[in-house]
Amino acid sequence: MKEFALIFRLKDLADFQPSPEQMQERMNWLASIAAQNKLVDKGNTLLPIAGSAKTVKADDVVTDGPYTEIKEFISGYIVVKAETIDEAVAMAKGNPIFKVGGNIEVREVLKRD
Amino acid sequence: MTAVLCRHFGLRHMETAEDIASDTFLKASEHWAIHGVPDNPTAWLYTVAKNKAKDHIKHLSVVETQVRNQSETERIQYEEAFEYHEQGIADSQLAMIFAVCNPANASKSQICLALQILCGFSVEEIANAFLTKAETIKKRLQRARSNLRNDNFQIGLLSEAAIVSRLPTVLKTLYLVFNEGYFSKTGDQLVRKELCSEAIRLGLVLTENPLTNTPQVNALMALMCYQSSRLEARTGAGGETVRFDEQDRERWDKALIQRGHQYLINATAGNEISAYHLEAGIAYWHTVASDANKWRHILQLYNQLILIEYSPIVALNRTFAFAQVYGRVQAISEAEKLRLTGNSHYHALLGYLYSETDTPKAIAHYEQAIQATRSQRERQALADLKMRCAAGSVF
Repeated sequence: MKEFALIFRLKDLADFQPSPEQMQERMNWLASIAAQNKLVDKGNTLLPIAGSAKTVKADDVVTDGPYTEIKEFISGYIVVKAETIDEAVAMAKGNPIFKVGGNIEVREVLKRD
Repeated sequence: MTAVLCRHFGLRHMETAEDIASDTFLKASEHWAIHGVPDNPTAWLYTVAKNKAKDHIKHLSVVETQVRNQSETERIQYEEAFEYHEQGIADSQLAMIFAVCNPANASKSQICLALQILCGFSVEEIANAFLTKAETIKKRLQRARSNLRNDNFQIGLLSEAAIVSRLPTVLKTLYLVFNEGYFSKTGDQLVRKELCSEAIRLGLVLTENPLTNTPQVNALMALMCYQSSRLEARTGAGGETVRFDEQDRERWDKALIQRGHQYLINATAGNEISAYHLEAGIAYWHTVASDANKWRHILQLYNQLILIEYSPIVALNRTFAFAQVYGRVQAISEAEKLRLTGNSHYHALLGYLYSETDTPKAIAHYEQAIQATRSQRERQALADLKMRCAAGSVF
C-alpha cells in the first residue's frame, strides 16, 4: 500500500464555513474512507482567514494570506492509503468539494525517514 | 477477599491467597450451619481469613528462617495492615482490577482471568460462557497467571501514573466482559446476565474512587447501563434473540436508562471524546423511541467513531445507519466498498440492502451469510430472512 495526500483547494472564502448539511456530507465522505480502513491521517484544516494566513517572500516581503494573489487557496489535507494512485483518485472523486467549485490534488507521499 | 489477601501476599502468591479465601468460606459454611449466621458476616469472614493468613505466614517464616533470615518487620507490617474495614476492601478490589488487567495478556485470556479472579467464576462457568472445553480455559488461565507473575506489578501501591497508564486496559477488559455477556453465543440467560452485571459492578468500583472516576469510565458505565436496559426485552420466551425493532419497549428497564443518563452527563466533564463516549451516545439514541433526526445523529456518531477506531463491525453498523438516513440504494455502494467478503454480517447487510430492489442478489448474499456463520441461531435467523425475501415480502 502506498500513501497519498489529498490536498483540498477552494475558490471562495464563503465555502470555507460550510452549512450543517455540507458538514455532514464531508463527514460522511471522510468516514466512508475510514470505514474501508484506508485513512492514514485525518489531516488538518489550514485556516485561510486574516490573522491566520501570511505569505513570506524574498526581500522581507510579507503579505496577508494566500488569497490576495491567487484564485484559489488550500483549505486542508488528509492522508489515505491505496494500492495505486487511481484508487486514491477514485476516493477523491466522492468528495462533495466539487459541488462548490473546489478541487483536490492527489500526491503520493514519499516518506523521509 | 482474594484481592485483599493478594495485596499483602503479592501477586506471586495468588494461589495461596485463593486457597485461604476458599478455606475461609468452607469454614464459614460449617460454622454458620451450626451456630447461625453472625451479626456481621463480612467482618467474621475477614477475621477468619486474617488468622488463616497469619498461620500461613508463621509457617512460611519457620521454613524460611532456616534458609535465610526473613525480615521480622515485614511480618509485623503485614499484620497491622490486614485489618477489616470497608475502605480497605474497596481499595484492594480496585488494586486487584488494575493488577489483573495486564496488557501482557491477550484479550481472551484477559476476560477469563477477570472472570475468575475478580468475579469468582469457576472454570466450568467460564467454559460454559465461552462455549469452550474446561480444559482449554484452564490452560488459558495458567498462561495468563504466569504472565501476571512475571510482570511483578506492585499491587499495593496504586500510583496516579500507574492508574493513568493502565486505565485503558482496565476499561477494555470491562468492555469485553460486558460484550461477552451481551452478545455471548451461549444460550444460558443466567450466565449472560451475570457477566453484564459483573462488568457494571467492577465499573462501579472505579467510579467510587476519585482517582479512577474519569469521564471515560462514566462513558463506559453509561454505555453498559443503556445496553443492559434491554437485556430482558431482547430475549423471547424460547430464549431466542428478539430483534431491536420488534422488542416490547415496555420491558426496557427505565431505571437503568435513567442511570445511564446520569453517567452520560458525568462523562461530558472535560473535553475528551473517547470511543466509549461515542458508543454511549449511539446507545442513548437507541433508547429514544422516535425522533425525526435519530438516525442522522447515530450516523454522525458512527462517523466519528470510525475515525477514532476502525473495526469491521463499526464499519458495517455505520453503513446500516447510512442506509436509514440516505436510503438502501445509496448505501449499497457504501457497503460494497468495505469488501468484507466472507464476513457473515457483511453479507447479511448486503442482503438487507438489496432486498427492496434486487431480490436475486439479496438471496445470494443471504446464502453467503448463512455459509459464513458458525452460530446455529444466526443461521436460523438468516434462513428466515432469506425465505421472506424470496416470498417477496420485505420485512
